Amino acid sequence: MGTQKKGASRGSEDPVELARVPLQAILLADSFTTKFRPITLERPKVLLPLVNVPMINYTLAWLESAGVEEVFVFCCAHSIQVIDYLESSEWFSQPNFTVTTIESHNSVSAGDALRLIYERNVINGDFVLISGDTVSNMSLTQVLQEHKERRKKDSNAVMTVVIKRSKPSQITHQSRLGTDELFMAIDPNTKQLLYYEDKADHAKGYIYLDKLLLADNPSITLHNDKQDCYIDICSPEVLSLFTDNFDYQHLRRHFLKGLLVDDIMGYKIFTHEIHSSYAARIDNFRSYDTISKDIIQRWTYPLVPDVKFFGNSSIKLERQGMYRASEIGQSRSAQIGPFTVIGSGTKIGNTTKISNSVIGEGCSIGSNVSIEGSYIWDNVTIEDGCKLRHAIVCDGVIVKSGAVLEPGVVLSFKVVVGRQFIVPPYSKVSLLQQPTKQDSDEELEYADNSIGIAEISSITHTVDKLNGEITNQPFETQCWPTSELGTGGAGYVWSICEGGHDEEWRHSVAPIPADKLSEAIHAADDDLELTQDGRSLPPSGELKPDSNDSEYDDDGESRDDSIYFEKEVEATFLRAVHENITVDHVILEVNSLRLSYNKVAADCAGGLFYSLMKLALETPHDSASELVQAITNVLAKWKKLLKYYLAEIDEEIEVILKLEEICESTKEFAPVFDKILYQLYDLEVIQEEAILRWDDEKKDADESDKFFVKQAEKFIQWLREASEEEEEEEEEDEE
Amino acid sequence: MPDVHSLVNDFLIKLKKRNIEGSQATAKLTAELLRSVISSQRVPYTNQAGALIDAVKAVGEQLIAANPIELAVGNIVRRVLHIIREEDLSLTTAAMAGLNMSTVSDDEDDGERDNHPVLSAAVVAAAARSTLRPPSLQTLLEDMPDAAAVPHTSSSGGDSEEKTKSADKSSRSRKLKHDVIEAVNELIQDIGTCHEQIAEQAVEHIHQNEVILTLGSSRTVLEFLCAANEKKRSFRVFVAEGAPRYQGHLLAKELVARGLQTTLITDSAVFAMISRVNMVIVGAHAVMANGGVIAPVGLNMVALAAQRHAVPFVVLAGSHKLCPLYPHNPEVLLNELRSPSELLDFGEFSDCMDFGSGTASPLLHVVNPTFDYVPPKLVSLFITDTGGHNPSYMYRLIADYYSADDLVVQRRPAIGS
Repeated sequence: MGTQKKGASRGSEDPVELARVPLQAILLADSFTTKFRPITLERPKVLLPLVNVPMINYTLAWLESAGVEEVFVFCCAHSIQVIDYLESSEWFSQPNFTVTTIESHNSVSAGDALRLIYERNVINGDFVLISGDTVSNMSLTQVLQEHKERRKKDSNAVMTVVIKRSKPSQITHQSRLGTDELFMAIDPNTKQLLYYEDKADHAKGYIYLDKLLLADNPSITLHNDKQDCYIDICSPEVLSLFTDNFDYQHLRRHFLKGLLVDDIMGYKIFTHEIHSSYAARIDNFRSYDTISKDIIQRWTYPLVPDVKFFGNSSIKLERQGMYRASEIGQSRSAQIGPFTVIGSGTKIGNTTKISNSVIGEGCSIGSNVSIEGSYIWDNVTIEDGCKLRHAIVCDGVIVKSGAVLEPGVVLSFKVVVGRQFIVPPYSKVSLLQQPTKQDSDEELEYADNSIGIAEISSITHTVDKLNGEITNQPFETQCWPTSELGTGGAGYVWSICEGGHDEEWRHSVAPIPADKLSEAIHAADDDLELTQDGRSLPPSGELKPDSNDSEYDDDGESRDDSIYFEKEVEATFLRAVHENITVDHVILEVNSLRLSYNKVAADCAGGLFYSLMKLALETPHDSASELVQAITNVLAKWKKLLKYYLAEIDEEIEVILKLEEICESTKEFAPVFDKILYQLYDLEVIQEEAILRWDDEKKDADESDKFFVKQAEKFIQWLREASEEEEEEEEEDEE
Repeated sequence: MPDVHSLVNDFLIKLKKRNIEGSQATAKLTAELLRSVISSQRVPYTNQAGALIDAVKAVGEQLIAANPIELAVGNIVRRVLHIIREEDLSLTTAAMAGLNMSTVSDDEDDGERDNHPVLSAAVVAAAARSTLRPPSLQTLLEDMPDAAAVPHTSSSGGDSEEKTKSADKSSRSRKLKHDVIEAVNELIQDIGTCHEQIAEQAVEHIHQNEVILTLGSSRTVLEFLCAANEKKRSFRVFVAEGAPRYQGHLLAKELVARGLQTTLITDSAVFAMISRVNMVIVGAHAVMANGGVIAPVGLNMVALAAQRHAVPFVVLAGSHKLCPLYPHNPEVLLNELRSPSELLDFGEFSDCMDFGSGTASPLLHVVNPTFDYVPPKLVSLFITDTGGHNPSYMYRLIADYYSADDLVVQRRPAIGS
């Protein structure tokens, strides 16, 4: 709102204010990802049409209107195409707006790009860092001012990240842009960014925050409803930081997180939230779809189809969000539904139905075609009777009569789909074969693996090998030969990378299929029940993002955690054994572990007991009896420690269960279960009541579970008799 | 020349980006731009007016296409074209008259006249207006004596003989440009002072103890109300806030700062309040040739409420807002849909716009039109810088400002693209 209201006054002020230091911007015309393959094999992502205008024009138009005077366009993949396009466009002839291209062939990441720009030494002040696939209409005035003021006070405030509120889906845990749910911790007063996690593991169901975060800041707010707009205001230090840390590749994953973790240099990152203006980045096919719809719904005003913000042909907005160019050939019986854009020179045949779609220029669409939620680029021919649902169809594609494109299909340039052929859902078709080797010229997948680079290369290797194997096999199901794209078809259907198949529906243009959705809802519901079933409170230091967070089994996650805990306890204990630490100190250490993992005394007892047994097992022994002896020795020695955690009967039962578990897993212990149990009783680690209750609990159990109960039957029998006697002789006992 | 080109480009971008708000600012900038276009245009010896017209038209086309919704751009382009035609006409008539004089009356008093050949251009223009064009109502009623006097002066405006025909020509070309620029300057001045001129009439319309209702914010309305206030009229103003941009809030603030009794109401309360109102005074985005008004959204509702209670509905509009087109003209874009973010918070509603789940088609559609069309029958009176006018008189007023040849500036590009 503010942007437009103050538009007039800003228009006159801006140039004056900015003339002192020309505002610069770095535009990365390469996303360094492979999400838009196979399309990006032939054309760079920034030149792909978004509502019939190449994406880079949105970014440049925004930079230009936001008062940026000098833009460095960094081209890497398909750099020639990008440079050619820019040279033939009007961008080079704009007043007060210079566009300079920087070409590189060996950059594989944003980090490389920024290092190269640093070497060129062209940036001499605060700059805007943006990727060429970002759509925005925000005003930079305020954020720049904030950034500069912060810089004056604190020279370590190197970066301001623009964020926007946008709720993620509760079911799939992805934002409306198809990216993963993003967690941010922000200081509400200073707006400093303290924590950033875009790859939170929903299997775990919680995220970790450093305790120091809470200690150092009077208050923090944790958000999962913020969307990263990928618009950054950076100080020149950012470039040198990239040069200093040559392993920084990805802007967010390495650089931003690196700065947040690194407290030696003390660099700070701040956030700026935009409310009424729009900003979003096209990251995958889903965001392509979402942002297209946002543009059609005019959230990006004035960057909308009917405003000629950049050399686009004149399009008129009609009722119900229908945009039509002036020169289209539309049959009277054709039904063009709401939220549709039709480019000039397109011809549409009889009784064709189009809704929620974008049709490019010069397309010819036959009769009885139904197009729903699809993106059809320029000069596409769609013959009679075709059905397209939620597909992306690139330039020059021919879809022959009667063909059907199922949801999520991507047809790359000049593919031909044969008559009556049904292209299966989520398939990606290209005239080029799927590459089996990564070239440095091509985009690399740094952005989307949470793991280090070394691991990535190994993964890509395995994937490549896998693909290699597949393609080497003479055309099997995954890889159709040309002729199998229907009669007269041309193009290879790409196989979906291993592991990617599951994720395919998340990032596709098609909406999430109903079955996946209901699956996710189920998982969420189950999880909710689990949480309500009185699970222990979330530990301090771990904040659960939401009650129903995980679509996976929750038990697995908690078991995971216990294993870590046990290992820690064991390590502590062994240290105590080897370094002769007093029992009191061990207790102190175990207690601190207990607090940090949020465990109860029973867990500690179990853990310690496990370590004791392990220690006993490791002492050299020849026979079962020697083993028992060793156990007795160890137990006697560390009784005090163990006893500390056995305040209640429940904890003692826990120890028995643990013993059972250990005996189950270690065959050496199995035959001597009853003996160990007796020793425990004898050393007064465990009271008879615990053993009896354990026995009672086991009565209902399966036969297999009763193995050890049976083994200890005699002992229990003896105990029972003893206790009965005791009951009789209560008075005596009390002495 | 490249300087002007970059100026034009700069302005075009501003228009495209919707960076200039308000028709007065746009009109002024357009006029200033056209002035520099004219001044930098090299004029050939023959058909100077044609060259100027072509130059202005070429720029005008681009300007209009850049922001078709801002009708003031087109209005000013047409006004400037009209000025060129007028000046050219007056010069030709003057020249013709001069030639006639020199042949017929045989150099009666050329010695004197030689000293100031430039002097009488304006008079000649007036003469040309009255002689060569159908007289407008105003000139018929008011300017009769002038018109009678004109032939006399025009006859005296003649140059001496054929002395030097080429010199005469070059001076004429320079003179044409000069005159046009003068006239455009006047136009710019007019645009700048239109508020005051309209405000001057305030006392005639606002009476003691009246209640005035307005919607949204308009600089003209503000000046108008304040002018009445300064003249010691005490009255009250109801301001409807003008959702979704709530510019009424700003107006209310401004009015209070200037010491007016102000009441702020919601748009939806207009009908409830209208029975207490003596007069509705609003600004306009554009006034069409039929007397219809393109005005900020919500005004049609106010006009209907006013009609229901027989409250006079007065529209204030500077002459740059008079558009020679009719609202049914396909060239006229009647409305512009702005960003939905003015209506609702994106963050709060982002889950309604998650296209990933559900049907993938947007179920929520937010429409945010900028303008309303108020038909002429709902308007009681227009107050422009030249006085109060009836809606049915607007076409006549428009005929004074524009020539019929310029109504379609965009003819060529429409075929071209």
